[in-house]
Amino acid sequence: MISLSNIHKSYAMGNNSLHVLKGINLQIEQGEFVSIMGSSGSGKSTLLNILGILDNYDEGTYHLNGKLVKNMSEKQAAKLRNELLGFVFQSFNLISFKNAMENVALPLYYQGVSRKKRNKIALEYLDKMGLLQWANHLPNEMSGGQKQRVAIARSMISKPKIIFADEPTGALDSATSFEVMDILREINQDGITLIIVTHEHDIAAMTQKIIRLSDGRISEIIQNGELKNWKSQYRRELEIA
Amino acid sequence: MRSLMTAFGVFWGIFMLIVMSGAGRALENGVMDGIKAFATNSAFFWTEPTSKPYKGFQRGRRWNYKNDDIQYIRDNVKEVEYLSPKLFGPNANSGDNTIRGKKTGSFNITGDYPDFYKIDPWTPVKGRLINEIDILHKRKVCIIGERVAEVMFEKNENPIGEYLQINGVYFQVVGVVHPETRMNFNGNRKTESIMIPFSTMQQTYNMGDVVHFFAVTSVPGVPVSQLEAKLKDLLKARHKVAPDDVQAVGSFNIEVEWVKYQGLFSGIQILTWIVGIGTLLAGVIGVSNIMLVIIKERTQEIGIQRAIGATPGKVIMHIVAESVFLTVIAGYIGLSLGIGLLELANMALDSGSDEVFFRRPEISFNMAVGAVSVLVVSGIIAGLIPARRAVSIKPIDALRDEGI
Repeated sequence: MISLSNIHKSYAMGNNSLHVLKGINLQIEQGEFVSIMGSSGSGKSTLLNILGILDNYDEGTYHLNGKLVKNMSEKQAAKLRNELLGFVFQSFNLISFKNAMENVALPLYYQGVSRKKRNKIALEYLDKMGLLQWANHLPNEMSGGQKQRVAIARSMISKPKIIFADEPTGALDSATSFEVMDILREINQDGITLIIVTHEHDIAAMTQKIIRLSDGRISEIIQNGELKNWKSQYRRELEIA
Repeated sequence: MRSLMTAFGVFWGIFMLIVMSGAGRALENGVMDGIKAFATNSAFFWTEPTSKPYKGFQRGRRWNYKNDDIQYIRDNVKEVEYLSPKLFGPNANSGDNTIRGKKTGSFNITGDYPDFYKIDPWTPVKGRLINEIDILHKRKVCIIGERVAEVMFEKNENPIGEYLQINGVYFQVVGVVHPETRMNFNGNRKTESIMIPFSTMQQTYNMGDVVHFFAVTSVPGVPVSQLEAKLKDLLKARHKVAPDDVQAVGSFNIEVEWVKYQGLFSGIQILTWIVGIGTLLAGVIGVSNIMLVIIKERTQEIGIQRAIGATPGKVIMHIVAESVFLTVIAGYIGLSLGIGLLELANMALDSGSDEVFFRRPEISFNMAVGAVSVLVVSGIIAGLIPARRAVSIKPIDALRDEGI
């Protein structure tokens, strides 16, 4: 599904350039539930943006669904994002003057689906999220958890193959965080690949595969089976700290 | 609110353009109405004292055209279409010259040929104009301007067939006439004119074979300026005036005046467009500016839209549509109010008198269409610049933008 080889990315900061990703090699298969972890500045958000074709990379190759993603025009990228990818953000990024239903329906608008049809589909997805009675509310009338569920519904409405979530629980309390994670897990069980960036270990622990980044390189990949070990190791780290 | 304030610039631009253009047109109508019925291919000749000694005559000689000149020009100058000699009798400033019973008045008395009405049209309100038979039989008839009828007759009286004593001689009134133009030869009100047959005037008032004034039109295809120069040379030669005497033959050429007027009015129109477009441009720049601000505020929103699949084209479309909407709404209001104001002015002017040099303020359909297309185009331009900026930001940067 996703295949990265030797990805480099640096940002120009004035005269200096900041080398953020220093050769990333990564394979993610269809239906995986992956989390990317790392301390701040380790390049995890950058990696996610490259995966989501929101940003370009300097070196290496990135194959998405068997297709090379490089030097794409904005139009092609937008089309690919619209058809293949869904996004969930830490700050929800709902459009503040549109109600929940319209927010959810937005990706279909860009696919040219008629208003009646896309609103109907949007209501179905809101129903799945248990937000049917909130359909006509504006984002600022909803709680953080509700907003994030609206955002998840929006990311799913175009039936993407992959959903990217950048700190989906970052702005939520732990109880709501677990709710949101449950929803994401359900989505994953429907066969959609899920890639989340997080710095919370307990959130990461709910995924099947944890990719730890440090200093622009993959330092560790923890598979599902090793999670238990990793958890205890992580506890020890905490105790030392 | 902020957008509305900015759109006011566009509104004002269009409003100014419409009102100024309408006012310019009104001035044009006012002036052109006064002269448009006048033959534009006409020229006029009178005599002045000579300014050069020639063939034994001293400078400063006073001279006159003669009846022979009329016949000679008619026979020999093929470029002349109509030739109408004219005599000036007593005018309105020379004291009472017209008597009827106990009523007296002072009017402009002229002796005219029927051809004159082909050059400077008059229409009979009652009765008729002077005709060839009047000339031939030297009839003692006169036609009078509307003002003369007012002064010399009671409201319920019909002047036709009545007699007026003009400078001591009785004339029968055969017509009450209305001037179609405001062109004037002796500076007095045209409605205060009394016109009698040219030949009658010469004989009745002992004027001999003197002609005071010629009005001439050229045949189609011949510029009247050319005819004017030719006739001047001819008249000088016939009256022993030095060929290089520029003063002795006074003349006036409508064609030249006409061109001057037209130059003036196209100048006014051009000025209107320059000022109007300038004002409009300022408004458009304002709209473009506010669109930039709006887009800056919405950077994140645009980022979201692009992350979930909006193509740059769609984003640009949206922004341009918004900007066009803003300009067109503002412009439309400006257009409507401008036209409304012109209509009001028109109504106010309609009730005014004839002497106003400001008539029918209006704008042409073309002008309105032009203004609207200028609006749409400027709206597109105003939106396009900020829109290009909006999509030039990478979606990821737009998403990270925290707003202002």
